[in-house]
Amino acid sequence: MTRTGFVIANLWRKKTRTVLTLLSIVTAFLLFGLLQAVNVLFTAGADFVGATRLVSQARVSFTTSLPLRLLPQIEAVPGVERVMWSQWFGGVWQENTQLVIQAVDPARLHDVYPELVMSDAEWKAFAETRTAFVAGRQLASKYGWKIGDKVPIASNIFPQQDGSKNWTFDLVGIFDGKDEEWQRQTNGGWINFAYFDEANQFGRGLAGVYIIRLSDPDRAAQVAETIDRMFENSPDETKTQAEKDFTVGFFKQIGDIGLIVRWILFAVFFTLLLVVGNTIAQSVRERIPELAILKTLGFSNGSVLGFVLAEAATLCVIGGLTGLAIATPLGVGILSATGLPIAVDGRVWLMGAIAIIVLSLAVGLLPALRAARLTIVDALAGR
Amino acid sequence: MSEAMVQVRNVQKSYVRGKQTVEVLHGLSLDIPKGDFVALMGPSGSGKTTLLNLIGGLDSPTSGEVVVGGERIDRLSGGRLAEWRARNVGFIFQFYNLMPVLTAERNVELPLLLTRLSAAQRRKSVAIALDVVGLADRARHKPKELSGGQEQRVAIARALVSDPALLICDEPTGDLDRKTADEILGLLQVLNREHGKTVVMVTHDPKAAEFASRTLHLEKGQLLEQAAAVA
Repeated sequence: MTRTGFVIANLWRKKTRTVLTLLSIVTAFLLFGLLQAVNVLFTAGADFVGATRLVSQARVSFTTSLPLRLLPQIEAVPGVERVMWSQWFGGVWQENTQLVIQAVDPARLHDVYPELVMSDAEWKAFAETRTAFVAGRQLASKYGWKIGDKVPIASNIFPQQDGSKNWTFDLVGIFDGKDEEWQRQTNGGWINFAYFDEANQFGRGLAGVYIIRLSDPDRAAQVAETIDRMFENSPDETKTQAEKDFTVGFFKQIGDIGLIVRWILFAVFFTLLLVVGNTIAQSVRERIPELAILKTLGFSNGSVLGFVLAEAATLCVIGGLTGLAIATPLGVGILSATGLPIAVDGRVWLMGAIAIIVLSLAVGLLPALRAARLTIVDALAGR
Repeated sequence: MSEAMVQVRNVQKSYVRGKQTVEVLHGLSLDIPKGDFVALMGPSGSGKTTLLNLIGGLDSPTSGEVVVGGERIDRLSGGRLAEWRARNVGFIFQFYNLMPVLTAERNVELPLLLTRLSAAQRRKSVAIALDVVGLADRARHKPKELSGGQEQRVAIARALVSDPALLICDEPTGDLDRKTADEILGLLQVLNREHGKTVVMVTHDPKAAEFASRTLHLEKGQLLEQAAAVA
């Protein structure tokens, strides 16, 4: 027998209680894994975009378009390397499946987003085909699309000039991401702006946002300020910000999901703290004479403290890791079912590991200190 | 007279219970030679268990000296005292105090986790200790699967396994029937006579005390012999 064996034997003293406690920890960490992944998505989820791009939108709202005539002025700002614009197309596939599709100039997209990986032939086809559509790998895979397919997509925002909401595009390319993070961003697609601009019913020459690739990321603040000042007091005032801030702000239109998630997690962990803390405390209370015997046999206060803490930590570690392990494939399932780039990845596991350590200490420390401070004579006498 | 295993010198012990200070031992002195088997008798509240706890290093005197095996244990701090207990004393209690989640052999092995013995060496020591108490065939049984006498034998094996010179027994037969009690006391006698263990046993039972080589009587925190001398 080892000390670890002794800890495990004590954990199995009341099997039902231990299993129920473990289940509560597993459930809490399953929730933690998924919710924290959502939290990451809505807060730090745009970290991967880096600091090389700015996004300029209409100051009023990103739902208001900006005229394309601003392009030359933006391009002329020192520090600007390349500018693209995109217009939100939306898109509905079949009955009511919403798609994230935007109209862009293919050549500019290629220059501004080198993270998107597609063959030269596909880029060329995208640029040269007016009805071209390129889909992200995940999107294409989800609906079984292949290059050469004609893809009918409806738009609730932009009907065609004949009033029809139905558009048909030629799938000419399937893009991927350069790394794991970017590969997760392949749930959307791009269409050729030239065709869209000419064929849609509402207004021409309008950009949803401008996306500006910087020659020097250190000049981002200066470039943003210059652009916004340039259009100050004009009918087309702009709000220019780092791409990450824009992305996070976009998500926050839905609400401060991060805050909501944090409050839910707080409630979950507070409850867990009470449940597990009570279990450990009760387990120590039931074993006062046994703990006194350990000390009688020569185990130091530190050893007894260690035994109780180890029991708490073992419960939390097994339950926590199991919960996170279940959450990981579930996250993948949610990703493929909804397209939301939820991933229980390294960051979530790291936060989970920290939560496990904090929880172990929070639930184990007080009972462990109580056990360590037992007076042998009083404990054996039942005082 | 042979070398003293236990020397208690002018020991006083008092406890604070609520707002009251209860003085349990009043300047008690006592010598127990190595290899002795002493029974401590006396009415409830006479200080028997308190004296036993002081000799076993489970408690410290309010004043006075307690020397066991040549070591002033009343001066040892909590951690050092715990180490000392692990090396020098085996404890046997009335209610056995075994770990219910461990088998007999695991219970016996428990004190050896404090040593540097390898797993194989520990297993061998456990087997010997269980053999000495006649429970080799019950090694894999948990306490609830054993009779009271068998549980006490496991407790004795646990007390023996690290080969301490001193065995402290607090009412070791108080929870057993006469026949089983006699078997346990016989075993303690064997450990005393054949293995040279010094045994200090608290008991209320005069028949149990007959197994000891001498009996000391306590009353009101003093040995009767001392009290008589003072009078």
